[in-house]
Amino acid sequence: MLWNEFKKPKDIEKILSALTKYDKEIRIMEICGTHTVSIAKSGIKGILPKNIKLISGPGCPVCVTPTERIDDILFLSKNKDVLIATYGDMIRVTGSIDGTSLEKRKAEGFDIRVVYSPLDAVKIAQCCKDKEVVFIGIGFETTAPSTAIAIERAINEGVNNFSVFSLHKMVEPVLRKLINMNDFNIDGFLCPGNVAVIIGEEGFRFLEIEFKIPSVICGFEAGDIIYSIYRLIQMRENKDFKLENEYIRAVKQKGNEIARNIMNKYFEPCDDIWRGIGWIENSGLKLKDEYIQYDAVKKFNLDLNPYKNNDFCSCGEVIKGKIDPRECKLFSTVCTIENPKGPCMVSSEGACAAAYKYSD
Amino acid sequence: MCLAVPLKVIQINGKDAVGESLGIRRDIRIDFIKDVNLGDYVIVHAGFAIEKIEEEAALENLRLIKEVADALE
Repeated sequence: MLWNEFKKPKDIEKILSALTKYDKEIRIMEICGTHTVSIAKSGIKGILPKNIKLISGPGCPVCVTPTERIDDILFLSKNKDVLIATYGDMIRVTGSIDGTSLEKRKAEGFDIRVVYSPLDAVKIAQCCKDKEVVFIGIGFETTAPSTAIAIERAINEGVNNFSVFSLHKMVEPVLRKLINMNDFNIDGFLCPGNVAVIIGEEGFRFLEIEFKIPSVICGFEAGDIIYSIYRLIQMRENKDFKLENEYIRAVKQKGNEIARNIMNKYFEPCDDIWRGIGWIENSGLKLKDEYIQYDAVKKFNLDLNPYKNNDFCSCGEVIKGKIDPRECKLFSTVCTIENPKGPCMVSSEGACAAAYKYSD
Repeated sequence: MCLAVPLKVIQINGKDAVGESLGIRRDIRIDFIKDVNLGDYVIVHAGFAIEKIEEEAALENLRLIKEVADALE
């Protein structure tokens, strides 16, 4: 099938062979959990010479959610009137107290449900009228429009026992934050294909215009990634620092306007905290004031935990690309896939989980 | 989780649809896509189709990769 050709496009060996001959050090960061998994699973890291360094950035939504917000959700989950509906990746993430998680809460008898789509959470609210259903809205610009659709459904169908705890975040602010750090040392970005589907090529144009960092919007198959790495190296060698779109089969210049419009109808930017990074101005998405009754934080009058940044694991450093997962002292000793401690090991898209599962 | 493999739309009922790949079927929503027809391929994220993929664009994409490979000869 046509789509499978991207796993191993014709003549990709030529590009791969050119890559293996490249002998200068280059540091390339991917900012998407699916890229992290695809790179690990396909064995690309093992094939490339060690001087081409592939580093995972803040692209896994569960991983970038700080412990303080996990604690807030765990606090809310103890409310007997509340039913928490969440994507599966969130339920094993631990709070600041070792061993606490939504999975544990579920075992303790609190009502925690795993859903595949935010609309499933609205359906649960329609069935369980005696419960306040709180959907944990998590993800970047790719996922936030879906949460907006769920809110719209709740409004249209008069579902008043549904609200959203928004952990939604945006990619541009965190990239700006990373780039402006004193020790920033990334030579090129593999930009997240599915975020770009929504925000378009234009959403990443600032990397070229303001920062002159080689960047390629990249698809998820091995062929897409190998090609994109090669282009990043070519751009650097030719001192042609620009943004390219490799994922042209899916990403349009202006992205998906319908999805962006619905997201912007219900959400607006707000300052938000990121694991290991802290507050980033206008990096999160909160519900607009007119939809306050669907905002779980307001509905339950939650007093959110202040940012403390005293995590017991090094996920914060892994997310920023400052250390490799194997450099965390808990990696594969205390923290494993079977018994994960930090979110980068919990999430199937996390850098630690990828490094552990597909050891290279 | 972002899926690399597009799903083929095999049923449409308003904004609800069914996508299929290699015999696996999944309920999807098509709120974000204009003019979806049976047989179209879509990229799906958390149960929502986020973009339609045209065969022509995929072929163009493969040409892009081939062009760079050819230049290496």
